[in-house]
Amino acid sequence: MIKRRTTLKLATSALAVPALGITGARAADTVKMIDDVELSGPGVTSGSMWKNGVDMAIKEINAGGGILGRQIEVSHQDNQSQAQIAKAVATKAIDDEPYVILGPIFSGDVNVSSAVAETAETPMFMGGEAANLTQQGKKYLFRSSLSQSAAMPKVANYMQKVGIKSVVIVWISNDFGKGGHDTMLKELNARGIKVLADIPTEPGQMDYTSVVVNAVKAGADAIFSYKNEEESARFLIALRKYGYDKPVIGETVLVSQRVIELAGTAANGARGHVGLTVDAPNPLVLAFGAKFKAIYGYASDHNGIKGYTSIYLIKAVTEKLGKFDRKALAAAIHGGSFSAKQYPGLLLDVAFDAAGDLDRESYLVEVRDGKQVITETLPPLGKV
Amino acid sequence: MTDLLQLLLSGVSTGACYALAALGFTLLWQASGTINFALGEMVMLPAFMMLFFLNVASLPLAVAFLLTLVASLLVLGGMFKLLVVDPLIRHGVIPLVIATLGLSIGFKNLTRVAYSAQVFTFPSIFPDRLIDIFGLRVTVAEIGTAVLACGVALGVQFFLNRTLTGRAMQAVAQNRDAARVLGINANRMVMYAFLVNAALAALTALLVTPVYLAKFDMGDTLGTKAFYAAIIGGFNNSRGALLGGVLVGVLENLVGAYISPSYKEGVALLLFLLVIVFMPQGLLGKPEERRV
Repeated sequence: MIKRRTTLKLATSALAVPALGITGARAADTVKMIDDVELSGPGVTSGSMWKNGVDMAIKEINAGGGILGRQIEVSHQDNQSQAQIAKAVATKAIDDEPYVILGPIFSGDVNVSSAVAETAETPMFMGGEAANLTQQGKKYLFRSSLSQSAAMPKVANYMQKVGIKSVVIVWISNDFGKGGHDTMLKELNARGIKVLADIPTEPGQMDYTSVVVNAVKAGADAIFSYKNEEESARFLIALRKYGYDKPVIGETVLVSQRVIELAGTAANGARGHVGLTVDAPNPLVLAFGAKFKAIYGYASDHNGIKGYTSIYLIKAVTEKLGKFDRKALAAAIHGGSFSAKQYPGLLLDVAFDAAGDLDRESYLVEVRDGKQVITETLPPLGKV
Repeated sequence: MTDLLQLLLSGVSTGACYALAALGFTLLWQASGTINFALGEMVMLPAFMMLFFLNVASLPLAVAFLLTLVASLLVLGGMFKLLVVDPLIRHGVIPLVIATLGLSIGFKNLTRVAYSAQVFTFPSIFPDRLIDIFGLRVTVAEIGTAVLACGVALGVQFFLNRTLTGRAMQAVAQNRDAARVLGINANRMVMYAFLVNAALAALTALLVTPVYLAKFDMGDTLGTKAFYAAIIGGFNNSRGALLGGVLVGVLENLVGAYISPSYKEGVALLLFLLVIVFMPQGLLGKPEERRV
C-alpha cells in the first residue's frame, strides 16, 4: 500500500522533472543580457533612451530569428544613477551569468561597475564617454560612442576654425563633466584659446542665474557648456533669460534632441559636435530615427542609437564567431572593423582599438528652429 | 552694479517661490500645529495634474490650472486633512511627521509609475519676452513670478491679520479651547488653513515648473528650501516665510556669483543652522512656550 507521503513525493517529482526540463530548455534557447541602466535619478533621460534603443534592436533581432538561432532575453535593472547601486546591479548580474552586460550610461556608474564585469570576464557595452574609462587596461569594456578624447579635439578645432579666441567653460561636477572639462582644457590650451572663466555646476542644479551672470561677465567669445541633459536644458533657458547672444558650444549632449525638446526655443543657436544623431545624412540612421519615433513617439537622441547599435554589434561579432563565447567576443572586437554595409544594424561603419575605444564619422551641428541641422560631416580620426 | 541688480531680481523671483511653499509650512503650523514634509510633493502633484490636463485633455493652461486648483483643494487640502491629519494628530506631531515623510515617498513613486521618471517641459503663464531696463536684462517671467508670488504671500498675510476669518484662524492656532469658547468653529478654521495651503501649492507649481521642469522628484529641492526658509523667517509668522524665502533666493544667487557656484546649494542650510543655534524662533518669529 502506498502511503500518503510517498504519493506526495511521487507527485512532486512528477511535476518537478518537466518543470526543470522546461527551464533548462529555455536557458539553452535564449541568450541572456542584463542592462545595468539609469532608469531613475539624474541619469533617467539618458538611461531611458538607451533602454528604448536596446529594446528596439532586440525586438528586431528576435523577430528575425535571434542570434545564431537563439532569442535574446534582456533584463533592465535600474541603477538609480548611483555608482554604488550600479556596482551592486553588476555584481548581481554576474551571478546570473549573462552573455554580456549592457550599460551603465553615466561615467561614474561605469567606473565602478566595469571592475565587476572585468573580474568576471564578461563583456560590458556601456554608454559612458569619460576619457579615463578605457584608459585603465580593461579587456572587457567597450564604448558605444566616441570618447571625450576623440570628440574634444573636434570641438576645439571647430572653435579655432570659426575664430573663437576665448571661452568660458561651464561644466557639471561629476565623472562625465570632470573628464570632459579636463580633456577640453588640454585641447583649448594646445590651440591657444584662452579660458576666461572655469565654472563648475552641480548635478541636478535648478537655478543657473549666478552661473550665467559670471559666464557673461567674463566677456569671452563663446561659452563651452558640458553638462547632462536636464542641466544643459536649464542652463540654456537661463542663458536665454539673460539675453546672451554669443555662441554656446557643446559636445553631443548640449545639442541632443532631448535637450532641444526640454529647452524649447532657448536651444536655438546652440552649436556642437555630435558623434551620433538621427539627423545624420545616412539612410540607415534616418530609417532608424523614423522607426524609433514611430514606436516611442519622440525622437531618439545619441543614447538611443548607442543602445541600438551595441546590440547589433554583439550580434554581428557573435555570428562572425559562430558561437557564444564571452572571451572570444571581447577578443574579436578589439582591433576589429565592422561595416554597416555588411551589418546594417550598426548604422555606421565602426572600428575599435585595443582599449575598447571606437572610431567613426561624426558631425558638427547647430540648432535651428528647434531642430538639429548638420553643418559638417567629420571623417573618422583614423586612429584605430 | 547691473550684475548685482540682476542677481537680486532673479533671487527675489526664485525666493518668492520658496516663500509661497514656505507659507504652507507656517500656515499649517499656526493653524494646527502640524508639519507637512510632503509639501514639496504637494507642489509636484499639481504640476503633473496640469500636465495631464494640458497634454491628455488638450486644455488651455488657464483651464488646466483652474481644474488643478479644484483637485488640489479637494485632495491635497480636504482629503489630506480628513484622512491623514485628523486621525494622526491626536497621537502627537511625531506620527504625523512620519506619515507625511511616507506620503512624500509614496507620491513620488506613484508619479514615477504613472508618468515615468522622465523630465517634462511645462509652459509658462508669462510671455517669453526680454526687457532691457537701463542695461538690466530681465524676462517678463522673472518680474511676473516675483510680483505674483510676493503679492500672494502678502495677500495671505493680509487675510490672516485683517479679516475676521484670518484672525479666527490665528486665534485657533494660539489657543484652540479659548477660541472655541469665543464661538469660533475651530475645525473649520483648521480646514481653511489646509485649503489655503493646497491652493498655494498649486500656484507654486504653476510658477516654478516652467523653470524647474516637471519631474517626479522636483519637490525634493523645493520642499527642503521651503522648510529652511520657514525656519529662517520664523515658523510661527507668515511674513517670516516671505522674508526667509526671499533671503534664501537672493543669498544663493550672491554666493553662487561672488564666492563659488559650488557653495550655492549650502547657503540655505548654513543660514538654517545659524538661525537654529542663535535665534531659534526665526528672524520674525516669536518664542513659543509649550506645555510638555
